[in-house]
Amino acid sequence: MQTNAPQRRARRGRPGKADKQAQPTRLFWVLLAAPGIIWLALLFIVPFYAVLAIGEGKLNRLFESPVAVYNPLKWSSANLSHVLHDLFGAGSFAGPIAVRTILYVAAASVLCLLIGYPAAYFVSRFAGRRKGLFLVLLIAPFWISYMMRMLAWIDLLQTAGYVNRALSDLHLISAPVNWLGGKPLTVILGLVYGYIPYLILVLYAGLDRIDTSLIEAGRDLGLSRVQTFVRVTLPLSRQPILTGMLITVLPMVGDYFTNQLLSGAPNTSMIGNLIQGQLGTPGLEGQGAMLSLLLLVVLLVPMIYYVVATNRSSREAA
Amino acid sequence: MTTASATTDRAAAGAPARRTARLAPWRNPWRHPWFLEGFTWLYLIWSLAPIVIAVLFSFNKGKSQATYQGLSWRWYFGDKVNSVWHNPQLHSAVIETLRLSAYTTIIAVPLGVAFALGINRWRGRVPSTFNYVMILSFVVPELIFGVAMFFVFTQLFTSVHLGTLAEVLGLVTWNVSWPAIIVQARLVGIGKQYEEASADLGSTQFQTMRRVLLPLLTPAIFASAILVFSGVIDDFVIVDLLSSNAANTPMSVIIYSTQHGGNGGPALNALATIMLVMSFVVAALGFLGYRLMTRGERIDGQQALVTIAGGD
Repeated sequence: MQTNAPQRRARRGRPGKADKQAQPTRLFWVLLAAPGIIWLALLFIVPFYAVLAIGEGKLNRLFESPVAVYNPLKWSSANLSHVLHDLFGAGSFAGPIAVRTILYVAAASVLCLLIGYPAAYFVSRFAGRRKGLFLVLLIAPFWISYMMRMLAWIDLLQTAGYVNRALSDLHLISAPVNWLGGKPLTVILGLVYGYIPYLILVLYAGLDRIDTSLIEAGRDLGLSRVQTFVRVTLPLSRQPILTGMLITVLPMVGDYFTNQLLSGAPNTSMIGNLIQGQLGTPGLEGQGAMLSLLLLVVLLVPMIYYVVATNRSSREAA
Repeated sequence: MTTASATTDRAAAGAPARRTARLAPWRNPWRHPWFLEGFTWLYLIWSLAPIVIAVLFSFNKGKSQATYQGLSWRWYFGDKVNSVWHNPQLHSAVIETLRLSAYTTIIAVPLGVAFALGINRWRGRVPSTFNYVMILSFVVPELIFGVAMFFVFTQLFTSVHLGTLAEVLGLVTWNVSWPAIIVQARLVGIGKQYEEASADLGSTQFQTMRRVLLPLLTPAIFASAILVFSGVIDDFVIVDLLSSNAANTPMSVIIYSTQHGGNGGPALNALATIMLVMSFVVAALGFLGYRLMTRGERIDGQQALVTIAGGD
């Protein structure tokens, strides 16, 4: 996009005057953007610097409270070495939690894709005149609060709940299973259930945008339905898949409530539980700050990829 | 953006199906994908049936979360101690959620719209940097953002105590990217010709914005307000980390902490059902309002639905 100043200049042939006119225009936009910029600077950039200052800061031994150090030259690495020791040191307790987080998130996001893609594909391509109905049902969970959806499964998975009753009626289990007592399967399925609406929405929006004439061309040229899917639709849906996976994986990594509600046992706790637990604990807040910064650094690569991809697609739209 | 893809789809699928009708069903290359349809229905049942059951449990006569014992309003207002109406904690949670949603929407939407307009037209390093910062605030995991907010209000800006003010400040920062992103996308879609026409006809920058740009942007602004409002109803992590006592704890946190503390019961289901109804009312108003505002444009109901849910 271009500013309209050069055009005006060309039309009037008097560059000096046009420049003077362009000046108030620019000021107008600057003034419009200023509140948002100041807000983001004060409440987005400064907070992250504060976390860094606390993470690199010291501990007040008397009150066990963190002391932020804002001068980078005086930073201490005590918290960092504590956290690294917890993560990688001998007999570390945070290492297994980090590995578990990766495994849970990987399993849950792959399941999300395997379940979500066929559903989004069907609704975007084959739902026909019932598309509106399918779309409403597909988007409905998006409007149902996360806590409500977890609560629904807590009701069903009680020891005397409907899931156990159904399974024992089918003679699949002999004694009621304690689903909510630290079962990794429950936590992973809970994560899938919680985050799949976001993935499906992105997938649907992307698949619906695919030009149907491309798919028809594939079919007309003699490809079977499966071949068309593999060679036309799938390559065209690469971008929505990547975006959708990012949109589900990033919040999943920071999730601490799903496993607390569906299991509550330490054997299913994730990195989010560790950070959240350290927040209110005297003496550990500095380490919590450091750990969340480390997590941010790890996630920065996918985040930046997302930002660049978003920017590119909005430029292409222009 | 597709507007009429559904109709072309149907037409394209219908005609060849008649032509090849004599083939055996499994040989027909245009047959309906029954397997996919069955799979989709299974998914929908899995995703929605538990919610229906949870809503039913909110009308449970008994105390159980596992066994249904008949219909009653007990947990909404019948029970003198534990119903949502009579329990002060549950009661104030409903009000706090509505208050946070209203405050956040009122602040975040104008802020985000002005930011989007300014950033989009002011060329330079500062605006482009802050555009990236804004998109980063959209993708950063909520827990990491919440931790930063927690520390900034407990260690640096200590005059902002944890509570409603901290919650609103955090929620506005978290949600300001919705209007900013949606309005920018709409600005790109509108192009510059209307503005230039208006400038050529002699209006000032301010007049152009008021008379030309803002009316064109109204649907986008409205959609983002709906998204922010319903997003705050649903929000959990930020308000969980920034709330300090029962008076400033919204519904989602009450449901979490009560259930996690082992005191779950049908009253929580009732609270969650109230939340559900609130979200659906907002969604329905949003959908109808968006249809009304875009009635002159070629946007069909499905497109409006996806936009209102933030799918674009």
